[in-house]
Amino acid sequence: MTLAQIIANLPALVVAIPLLLAPVAALLPFAGLTWALAVVGTGGALFCAVMLMGATAGGKSFSYALGSWPPPWGIEFVVDPVSAFTVLVMAALAFIATLFARTALLAEIAEADTGKAYSAWLLACGGLSGLVMTGDAFNLFVFLEISALSSVILIALGAGKDRRALIAGYNYLVIGAVGATFYVIGVGFIYAVTGSLNMADLAERIPQVPQTTVVMVGFGFMMAGLLVKAAIFPVHVWLPAAYAFAPSAVSALLAAIATKASLYVIARVMFGMFAGVPDLAGFAAEFILVPLALAGIFLGTILAIYENDIKKLLAFSSVAQIGYIALGFGLASTAGLAAGFIHIGNHALIKGGLFLAVGCYAVALGSRVNLGSMAGLGRRMPITTTAFLVCGLSLIGLPLTAGFISKLYLVRALLEADMIAVLLLVMASSALSVVYLWKIVEVLWQKADGEAAVTEQPALYLPLWIVAIANIWFGIAPAPLVDGAQRAAMYLAGGL
Amino acid sequence: MRDNPILRVTAKILFAPIIVFGLYVQFHGDYSPGGGFQAGVIIAAAFILHALIFGLEAGRRLVPGWVNLAMLAGGVIVYGGVGVAGMMLDGLFLDYNVLSYDASKGQHYGIILVEFGVGLTVTGVMLALFHAFAGFAEAHYKPSSGDKNGERGS
Repeated sequence: MTLAQIIANLPALVVAIPLLLAPVAALLPFAGLTWALAVVGTGGALFCAVMLMGATAGGKSFSYALGSWPPPWGIEFVVDPVSAFTVLVMAALAFIATLFARTALLAEIAEADTGKAYSAWLLACGGLSGLVMTGDAFNLFVFLEISALSSVILIALGAGKDRRALIAGYNYLVIGAVGATFYVIGVGFIYAVTGSLNMADLAERIPQVPQTTVVMVGFGFMMAGLLVKAAIFPVHVWLPAAYAFAPSAVSALLAAIATKASLYVIARVMFGMFAGVPDLAGFAAEFILVPLALAGIFLGTILAIYENDIKKLLAFSSVAQIGYIALGFGLASTAGLAAGFIHIGNHALIKGGLFLAVGCYAVALGSRVNLGSMAGLGRRMPITTTAFLVCGLSLIGLPLTAGFISKLYLVRALLEADMIAVLLLVMASSALSVVYLWKIVEVLWQKADGEAAVTEQPALYLPLWIVAIANIWFGIAPAPLVDGAQRAAMYLAGGL
Repeated sequence: MRDNPILRVTAKILFAPIIVFGLYVQFHGDYSPGGGFQAGVIIAAAFILHALIFGLEAGRRLVPGWVNLAMLAGGVIVYGGVGVAGMMLDGLFLDYNVLSYDASKGQHYGIILVEFGVGLTVTGVMLALFHAFAGFAEAHYKPSSGDKNGERGS
C-alpha cells in the first residue's frame, strides 16, 4: 500500500488495523509474536490517530464513506476535532497499555491463551475506536457490541488468578447487553419517525418530526443505554468488579479507554444528533446528567474510602471521575464540554497510570494487591511507587499535574454557569479523594513484617513512567490537550 | 445414538445434501435471499448432526480444533482482505467498484468474497459453540456406564 493510499484511508485504518490484526493474532503460535502483532496494531492505530489530529487542525472536518457509498445511504466515518481528539487519547493509552501487557499478561494468564487474549485485546481497541469514528447511529451499536463482547472475554481471563473474574465478566455481559439493547431500541424509535440512521442527517430531520413524543422516548432509551455503557451512577454496578478482577493489564486498558468512548458518544448524541431539539437535550443535561454525576462523584469517593482492595478502590474512584466528566457535559456550555473533554484526556492518563502501577505491584507480589499485602512496598519498589504517587497526586488535582488542569477548567465552567453550590460540592469531593489516596500512601511506607525481596522490571515500569511523565507534562504545559479539547467543545457547541 | 440404525442411516444420507444446500444458499446470497450467515449455519448443522449421531470424538476427527480456529479467523481475514484490496486499488475501504474493470462486476466479486468470509466464520463459530458446550457436558457429566465416547446413551 502506498503512502498516498494510506493517507486517503486514515479514518478507516484507525479502526481497521486493530480489527483485522485480531484474527491473525488468534492464529499465531507464540506469545511473543502475538504481543508484537498487538504492538503493531495499536501502534498503527496511534499513527493514524496522530495524522487525523493533524488533519483536523483549525477545526476542519471531513467524512469518509465506507465502501464509497455516500452518506446518508452508506455508513460514514466522521473526522472532526471531537472524534480526532478522543480517538488520539484512546489510541495513545491503548498503545502504552499494550507495551505494558507483554510481561503483565503472561504473569496472570496461561501462555496458551495469549493468542486469543491479544485477539480480544485488538478487537476491543478497534471496536472502541470505531465507536468514536462512526457517524452512523446503527453502526455505533455494532461497535458497541464488538467492544463489549471482547471486553467481557478480557475480563473473564482474570479467572486464572481469581474465579470471581467469571462473575464480573458475566455481570458485564448481561448489564452491557441490556444497555446496548436500550440504545438500539432508541435508535429504532428515531428511525421509525425519521427514516434515517446517519447522525448528521438525523440532526437535521429530528427537529422537523411532528411526533415529538416518539423522539422523546427514543432519546430516553438511547441515553439510558449509553449511561449504562459509560458507567454513570446508578448504572455503574458492573464496573468495580470488572476492573478489580480482570488481569492487571486489561484493567489498565479498560480503565484508560473503555468508558471514555461511551462518554464521547453521550456528548455526540446529546449535542450532535439531538442538537435540533435543545429543550430535550438541555433537560436531560440539567435534570439527569448533573444530579447523577454529583451522586456518582460522592458515592464513588466514599466507597473508595472504605475499600480495602486496591484495584476495586481505583475502580470506585473511576466512578467518581466519570462523574466529573459527565458533570462537565451536563453544564451544556462550551466551557463545560471543554472541561469534560479535558478530563477525558487527563483521566485516561491518571487512571491508566494508577492501574499500570497496581499491575506492577501485582506482578511483583504474585497475589492480589490490597492494603495488607502492599505494606512497605514503597521502600521495596521505589521506582514504581514514585510513579504511582505522581499519578495519585494528579488524581487529587495538585497543581503542576494534569489533574489540576481538569479541576481548574471544571471550576471555571461551573463559575461561568453560576452553579456555586455544585462548585462547593466538587471541591468537597476533591478533598475527600485525598483520604483514600493517603490511606494507600501511609501503607506503602509502613514497615512490613516479612520483607521478601521483590524485583522491579523495566518492561513494567517504563510504560508506567511514560504515563507518569505525561501527567506532569500536561500539568505544566497543558496547551496541546486543552486546545484539542476546546476545539472539540467549540465544534460540538456550534449546534447548541 | 450411533447404535440406532435409523438415525445412523438418515445422518449418512442427509450429510452431503445439507452441505450442498448450504453451498447453494451461500452462492445465491449476492442476488437472492441467502448469504453467508444462513449458509454458515446450514453447513455447520451438517457437521453438528454428524457429531450428535457418531459422537463428539468423531466430530473432532472430522473438523479438528485447529481447522475450526482457522475457519473462524480466516473468514474475518477474507472479509477484511476485500476491504484492504479496495484501498490498495485506490478506492476506499470495502469499495467493491474498483475490484474489476467494470463497476457492477466489481460489486459482484466483492459481495461474493465477503459473503464467503462471513460463511466461513459463521460455520466456525457454530461448530466452536457446539463443541464448547458439548465438550463441557462431556467433561462434567460423564455417564458412569461403559459408554466410551461419553455421549448420552440412545
